[in-house]
Amino acid sequence: MSGAWIAVLVTSAGCYALKLAGLTIPERLLSNHLLRRFAELVPVALLAALVAVEAVGKGGALVFDPARLAGLAAAVVALLLRAPFLVVIIAAAGTAALLRLAGVG
Amino acid sequence: MSESGGIEACPGEASRPTTPRPVRDGLLLGLAVGVSGLAFGAAAVGSGLNVLQTCVLSLLAYTGASQFALAGTIAAGGSLFAGSAGAILLGSRNTLYSLRLAGLLRVRGAAKLVLAQGVTDESTALALAQPDQRSARAGFQATFISLYLTWNAATLAGAIGAGSIGSPQSFGLDVIGPAAFLALIWPRLSAGRTERLVGAGGAAIAIATTPLLPPGAPIILAAAAALAGAFATGDAAS
Repeated sequence: MSGAWIAVLVTSAGCYALKLAGLTIPERLLSNHLLRRFAELVPVALLAALVAVEAVGKGGALVFDPARLAGLAAAVVALLLRAPFLVVIIAAAGTAALLRLAGVG
Repeated sequence: MSESGGIEACPGEASRPTTPRPVRDGLLLGLAVGVSGLAFGAAAVGSGLNVLQTCVLSLLAYTGASQFALAGTIAAGGSLFAGSAGAILLGSRNTLYSLRLAGLLRVRGAAKLVLAQGVTDESTALALAQPDQRSARAGFQATFISLYLTWNAATLAGAIGAGSIGSPQSFGLDVIGPAAFLALIWPRLSAGRTERLVGAGGAAIAIATTPLLPPGAPIILAAAAALAGAFATGDAAS
């Protein structure tokens, strides 16, 4: 079995177990304010980190890719205009694609 | 359990032909959000996973942010271990969601094994927005069914589509992942100052440690910003 398959199956099993755990463990754990606050903030920290690394990182190094950054800037504009999810994605990918077509980045 | 969920006849209001509101809302939410499986399918194939691996992730992991995270780490050349660890850490919020939902859904046995898979940002948000337990259950199930079917069909379509168009970079597919993450955290960043500080902190930690650590590890380390935020606001009755 290839490494990618193992990663896919381990991720799947882990994500499912985490969902099932909450339906199984005692509800009073939720009354722990610190734990609840941490769980609320974890997605914010991790997703922001992913955005940052995918914006300026490549294979463990920091890179400057104008087309990629412009695509993300287009996503920010779309989000400020309260565009739906798919419009945000299309604006980002479309901007990067057009700039690369024009020879940028 | 006497009722099997879903749509029930309502004798007192026989003249009302409309689908119950939580069910209708859940079906629409699932359709709207599920379409973004196209973006995941395209991003995952662009990152180097094959079509089958991409579809298995949507079928079994079924949690968008974690799936994007694994694909993103693989695309960045990170270790598969770091990719899985980051994806599973991202999925940890679902534990908190299902803790909240346990009292509302009140499921036992095999039903619990099935409904657990349905715990996502969307089904949780819809269920918690309902006025009573029965509506919450109906809304949760409707969102689960609608989102699960749409997300998986869209994943397959996106994966096949991306595989047939050649270089992912020239179509801007490498920007789909980060743009999707940004859209997912946008409402939370607007939620308050702590959220914005934690987001900025997570991003700063990840960028600062990217040249030093193997790809994927900086993402996990960014959870420290969430821990700091939790401690900083832990005393305040927020």
